[in-house]
Amino acid sequence: MTKITFIDATGEPRTVDGQDGSTVMETALRNSIPGIEAECGGACACATCHVYVSDEWTEKVGSPSQMEEDMLDFAFEVRPSSRLSCQIKVSPELDGLVVTTPAKQG
Amino acid sequence: MSEVFATDVAIVGAGPVGLFSVFELGLLDMKCHLIDILSKPGGQCAELYPEKPIYDVPGYPVINGQELVDNLMKQAHPFGPTFHLGEMVERLETLGTAERPLFRVHTDAGKAIEAKVVIVAAGGGSFMPKKPPIPGLDAFENTSVFYSVRKMDHFRGRRVVIVGGGDSALDWALNLHPIASRITLIHRRAAFRAAPHSVNAMHALVESGQLDFVLGQVTSVKGEGGQLAALVVRKESGETVDLPCDDMLPFFGLTMKLGPIGEWGLNLHENLIPTDTARFETSTPGIFAVGDINTYPGKLKLILCGFHEAALAAQKAHHYVYPDKKLVFQYTTSSTNLQRKLGVS
Ligand SMILES: Cc1cc2nc3c(=O)[nH]c(=O)nc-3n(C[C@H](O)[C@H](O)[C@H](O)COP(=O)(O)OP(=O)(O)OC[C@H]3O[C@@H](n4cnc5c(N)ncnc54)[C@H](O)[C@@H]3O)c2cc1C
Ligand code: FES
Repeated sequence: MTKITFIDATGEPRTVDGQDGSTVMETALRNSIPGIEAECGGACACATCHVYVSDEWTEKVGSPSQMEEDMLDFAFEVRPSSRLSCQIKVSPELDGLVVTTPAKQG
Repeated sequence: MSEVFATDVAIVGAGPVGLFSVFELGLLDMKCHLIDILSKPGGQCAELYPEKPIYDVPGYPVINGQELVDNLMKQAHPFGPTFHLGEMVERLETLGTAERPLFRVHTDAGKAIEAKVVIVAAGGGSFMPKKPPIPGLDAFENTSVFYSVRKMDHFRGRRVVIVGGGDSALDWALNLHPIASRITLIHRRAAFRAAPHSVNAMHALVESGQLDFVLGQVTSVKGEGGQLAALVVRKESGETVDLPCDDMLPFFGLTMKLGPIGEWGLNLHENLIPTDTARFETSTPGIFAVGDINTYPGKLKLILCGFHEAALAAQKAHHYVYPDKKLVFQYTTSSTNLQRKLGVS
């Protein structure tokens, strides 16, 4: 199991177990994490699963694909650390990952 | 005075399930009007994933969202459905009785559609524009901030800022450019996910000094009495500037919200409409709910489930539209009667 911490827009952290092979978005939904809507169910088609990857993790998590970068145009307050959490696969290398959810998704 | 149309069935939502309902109702001699807030038919398939492959539509090992919608349109064509696109169903008025229901569906364009049966095929709700979380923005909505363009003339001689990098943003930048006194396009990055010819046309206008492009994001707005004075823009360099303007058009795509359906007096369970599983009728006789919007034990939000629901709802709808006629079950393969309706015999 890979531990993932979601910090909500008010600063409250929630740490949960992510299943390797699933996505960060799915991990959030399975654990009823607020602040992730995932309207399209992970198809990279809605940008309502937007998260900010914490600085120490941006390199490990990597940068968005072309398709994801395009979809990020439909998210609000996009920063260099922005990712769509349905496009981040959970793996043992990401154990301890910290992401923050934005104030508003859609 | 509203424009009034009379038909057998009014279908709220022109997603895949609304479209297939036209076919099933048509086989049973019922005429339909469909209303959708989107400017095109197809619901989620057309709006969210036109190019993505679907693998679980029976009979199609693979078909993409738009192809499925095109085929459904073809399949519905013999029955001559009437579409009211780009219109929101705001109100549902009940006029008849439980035995002889009659409804009037009111759209935000001032139309009224009178029908004996209403099929709510509203999916995840209406597609509505995403509103950026800029503090105080709603105070300017429809006076200085617009999420869609209804009257181009409003923008004549005005300084208009368009925010976004997709087709809507670029199309409106190009369309309003001859009308507005100045257009500024703000986008968070230099790349655009729009049709290449619009991107090229936009670049050409920027190069010849006829359109301004700012790389950055709007962080707050200034103005009063519903009239914008300026946008505060954080540029890519980190510098924050005031950008004077009269109107702002943010284009951040669409999201599905239940919308007015919640106020139609139907039973709701977590924003879904409970139905029975034999007819898919709601708590109000004559109003059916099919596709993603309904719920019942075991419900799956799949296109194929919606198709099944549409077929069964049509049987009961027939009872309301033709109370004195008996329905005889027929196959399209072998019934010359059905084939005549389909225009193939
Ligand atoms: C990315 C993605 C992938 C998917 N993949 C599959 C798949 O592989 N297989 C599968 O079976 N399903 C899939 N689905 C689900 C499938 O798209 C839905 O089940 C299907 O679209 C539901 O159809 P519908 O007609 O009920 O509703 P929708 O497609 O949601 O259409 C409803 C329409 O009603 C309109 N509407 C609602 N309220 C109003 C109102 N008041 N006034 C005017 N218009 C209104 C909306 O604007 C919308 O256009 C997928 C969904 C997504 C997002
Ligand atoms: S869930 Fe829709 S883009 Fe990630």
